[in-house]
Amino acid sequence: MNKNLISLQTIVRKEVVRFIRIWSQTLLPPAITMTLYFIIFGKLIGSQIHSIHDYSYMEYIVPGLVMMSIMTNAYANTSSSFFGSKFNRSIEEMLVSSMPSIVILLGFMVGGVLRGLVVGVVVVLVSLFFTHLKIQHPGLVFMIALLAAMVFSLGGLINGIFAKKFDDVSFIPTFVLTPLTYLGGVFYSIKQLPEFWQNISLLNPVLSIVDTFRFGILGTSDLNIYYGLSLVVSLFFVLFFWCWWLLSRGAGVRT
Amino acid sequence: MKALSVKNLRKVYSTGLEALKGIDLDVEEGDFFALLGQNGAGKSTAIGILCSLVNKTSGTVKVFGHDLDHELRAVKDCIGVVPQEMNFSIFEKVKDILINQAGYYGIPRKIAETRAEFYLKKMGIWEKRDQIALRLSGGMKRRLMIARALINEPRLLILDEPTAGVDIELRHSLWQFLKELNEKGTTIILTTHYLEEAEYLCKHLAIIHHGKLIEQSNMKELVNRLHVQTIILDLKNPLFETPALQNYPVHRVDDVTLEVEINKNQSINDLYEKLNQAGVTVIGMRNKVNRLEELFVKLIAKNKGTTSHE
Repeated sequence: MNKNLISLQTIVRKEVVRFIRIWSQTLLPPAITMTLYFIIFGKLIGSQIHSIHDYSYMEYIVPGLVMMSIMTNAYANTSSSFFGSKFNRSIEEMLVSSMPSIVILLGFMVGGVLRGLVVGVVVVLVSLFFTHLKIQHPGLVFMIALLAAMVFSLGGLINGIFAKKFDDVSFIPTFVLTPLTYLGGVFYSIKQLPEFWQNISLLNPVLSIVDTFRFGILGTSDLNIYYGLSLVVSLFFVLFFWCWWLLSRGAGVRT
Repeated sequence: MKALSVKNLRKVYSTGLEALKGIDLDVEEGDFFALLGQNGAGKSTAIGILCSLVNKTSGTVKVFGHDLDHELRAVKDCIGVVPQEMNFSIFEKVKDILINQAGYYGIPRKIAETRAEFYLKKMGIWEKRDQIALRLSGGMKRRLMIARALINEPRLLILDEPTAGVDIELRHSLWQFLKELNEKGTTIILTTHYLEEAEYLCKHLAIIHHGKLIEQSNMKELVNRLHVQTIILDLKNPLFETPALQNYPVHRVDDVTLEVEINKNQSINDLYEKLNQAGVTVIGMRNKVNRLEELFVKLIAKNKGTTSHE
């Protein structure tokens, strides 16, 4: 087997073993949080809310919550794992080896993608206790889930590269990602907003990702799905090359 | 062939600190080479550059003819490094640390498992293979790092203070292992604060002081440069006066211990003859300080004047 493939496989295996080993920190919390969302927002509050685009509120929020879990977990995996490796200096094991920086990038990214997708599947399974899901466009659902997981994995990796202390790892998720996600149409349709706020919302990339994912599952959307797809693909390339450039220069890891 | 060739290597940190001020260094293939210097002299920076954990400011580095700037992968394939501080995840199993390291080098898992078993056995920690690294003692962690550095079977092994904080028994077994490894053809570069370790193991040495190379020579030649050495003699019978030994300055430490200075033109036989004539019976003899240590201190002191002006 090609040397780079062996190296890639090693990082991916290590990442998967890591997030499975600490399943009570990685897989269980999203399952519990999303169960609470489904009960409180979907059942209790949702029963008081009119249908949106002819779907019950529960049905409407499921795609957004699944996508929210994928994005936040993909991000958290790479940011915490990479920063953790920097903190305990085990990142040096990779840096002194003959593995190229692109393989390090791909290894961490795939690790984040797998955690994001595993959590996504867990949340889908939890949602089945509360509603029926009939996926309209399975190919699109898989594609946008994969692309979103890749984009947020790379985002987390960049966060991990720049982070100097543990606070830096939680800063972006708390002050940037969470507001963007909550304002990204997970719980409402932007059609319910005044026109001004609809236009402002279009600047939020999470909205396009959630909306495209929702279209894949329910077959209804507020935006043009090609806009969402092209945005996420563009984001992927920008973050990928930025990340590659940072790792090649040894940013945050080499003196 | 040169295992390592460094030309005009400079490192200026973003703080403005010039850690390396243009050093030239050559290490021949098969050598056991000591890189010595005080704390902060620039040894770890130099090693960091060799294993690409530190970006150099200028200069060239070649490892077995491969240029660090243009053939990084080939350079890294030749090197194994044992850092000064622990740099593995303490939550990983001992065996996994080695197998993963092999994986980073692109070594297939089956071969990695065989090598991991071999080196863990060699280092005497095979029975700890399924424990997480957190549970290892300090000495075992050091041995683990040595085993990990060997997993890619490097031609050049760099050890940054490998025996710091290691007990005497383990230190001696590591010395033995490193000697065997060197005899089998692995070039070894060692930094250490234990100068008797360097003198015992190494064939050549270089001394870095304030980022400059102030000495690079053959170990034996350097030690021979020592003009005067002080030896300590343990006596069988107590002496209540300092004996007069012609041409040998003597200092009575206590009733049963003498310190005698011998210059390089005098012989121990001659000293013993004079001691016999004086009726002194010696039951033990040792150097007051390690010979290399004596030279090291002198070289550093000599260079203090020149570097302090910079």
